[in-house]
Amino acid sequence: MLKNVHFGPSVLPFLLVLPQIVVTLVFFIWPASQALYQSVLIEDPFGLKTEFVWFKNFEELFQDPLYWSSFEITVVFSFLVAFLSMSFALLLALFADRVIKGTGVYRTLLIWPYAVAPVTAGALWVFMFNPTLGVVSYALSALGYDWNHQLSGSEAMALVVMASAWKQVAYNFLFFLAGLQSIPRSLIEAAAIDGAGPGRRTIDIILPLLSPTTFFLLVINIVYAFFETFGVIHAVTAGGPAGATNTLVYKVFNDGFVGLDLGGSAAQSVILMIIVIGLTVAQFKYIEKKVAY
Amino acid sequence: MVENRPLLTFFSHIMLILGVVMIAFPIWIMFVAASHPETRMTQVPLPLLPGGFFFENLDIALNKGLSGQSGEGVARMLFNSLLMALMIAVGKIVISLLSAFAIVYFRFPFRMFFFWMIFITLMLPVEVRILPTYEVVANLGMLDSYWGLSIPLIASATATFMFRQVFLTIPDELLEAARIDGAGPMRFFWDILVPMSRTNIAALFVILFIYGWNQYLWPLLITSEPQMYTVVMGIKQMLEAAEQAPEWNVIMMTALLAMLPPICVVIFMQSLFVRGLTETEK
Repeated sequence: MLKNVHFGPSVLPFLLVLPQIVVTLVFFIWPASQALYQSVLIEDPFGLKTEFVWFKNFEELFQDPLYWSSFEITVVFSFLVAFLSMSFALLLALFADRVIKGTGVYRTLLIWPYAVAPVTAGALWVFMFNPTLGVVSYALSALGYDWNHQLSGSEAMALVVMASAWKQVAYNFLFFLAGLQSIPRSLIEAAAIDGAGPGRRTIDIILPLLSPTTFFLLVINIVYAFFETFGVIHAVTAGGPAGATNTLVYKVFNDGFVGLDLGGSAAQSVILMIIVIGLTVAQFKYIEKKVAY
Repeated sequence: MVENRPLLTFFSHIMLILGVVMIAFPIWIMFVAASHPETRMTQVPLPLLPGGFFFENLDIALNKGLSGQSGEGVARMLFNSLLMALMIAVGKIVISLLSAFAIVYFRFPFRMFFFWMIFITLMLPVEVRILPTYEVVANLGMLDSYWGLSIPLIASATATFMFRQVFLTIPDELLEAARIDGAGPMRFFWDILVPMSRTNIAALFVILFIYGWNQYLWPLLITSEPQMYTVVMGIKQMLEAAEQAPEWNVIMMTALLAMLPPICVVIFMQSLFVRGLTETEK
């Protein structure tokens, strides 16, 4: 990774990396180590006395049924968001790859929700599904279904999933379309000569060749659902009703800033860090695989 | 395509149009709500076609805000968002360019150590270090300031990796030629490396601008003065107020204003946007 031709040692390279390293140390490494440190401490509510307690915060966390339910909610939420946005995007990408005219126009019309902030996306969906006023809940009640996400946990979950997936379709669509367009035409032509129709070709050739893209997007979507949907949840349900949409990230925020349980919040942060590390490793494994592929 | 199936092509177009309609529906509803007077927005069923109150709502949202609130519009918030987004985008690009230059073009002690340190930031998103980062910023006296809004977010492993990738593809002969002509490292950086990475910088800028503009959790934590609120935060506050007195016309107008700049960036700089998106992920 170093150039064959390069500059010799001097102070200059240190000065060049300095800004990045200072920001990294002060705002990343130091806070993260603080989180590690605080996760083994218990502080009294006034911040006067701290006590070193080894892994007691973690033990309490693992014994807390609320934490496990938050875990479960996060897994269900991430799976639904990834599945919904990826399958919708894949379907559209398959069709967009098929039509010769207008692919660019469809792409333009499909990608812009990417630019919408999670909170704004949440606001739009809350408005559409507002139990008393919303356009969609009105249509639903005309069909005989009484929508109220402020009372029903599963409806609240459905709403945050839809809002989060809606925002992510654009990203998945772009990557699926790029993946489809990079499949060698000769393979598809060979299959067509052998008598495979469009459906058969999609299942036997296109989808298997698309699997690296799919795996990559799966990781990205899980990361998105875990960490970047805070705004959606904050705007739509604030973790409610009765904790039905209280994901892990939302819980760290809630326990730390609202509940002021520093040790518990730090222990949750540490667990989240471990999850991010796992996901990052998975993502990089994929990149290595793609080089060979 | 290998064979001509007009029916299937027709069906594909129908499905794509349906997809576009589904994706665009929430935005349409928002636009419609932003163009009706307040009284209309309390009558069920809500309208599905735009009304003629668009510019009045624009004026209310920009200059007055919700009735019963501070009486300030979102103009200031839009300015804060713009400044924060620009500071984050420019800051990330500058520090990443410099550190990638050092790591690719210099042999110096701890080079790999620095590289891994930057790499680690990938694994530490704001969400997992919320409280301690807040404490650091509070101790540095950066709460409620533009520096506090932007600097903690500007360290970026992805941008550094991308520039490293770009620099590695630049032929060695250029450096040799520059050296023969007597150029020092910084001269080489300014006159050769930066101009050669121009499109990559632009593509990255598009992505980072959107990233910065859409920040929510971080501004929410470190700003307490209304003077420093960003527009994305403003929407959430209006939603809270909406539980008592819904003024959906103003809220949706604010949402429209909040999403307009990043959407314009995506649509008008589409090729740069797509490029930035695919490059930063590799």
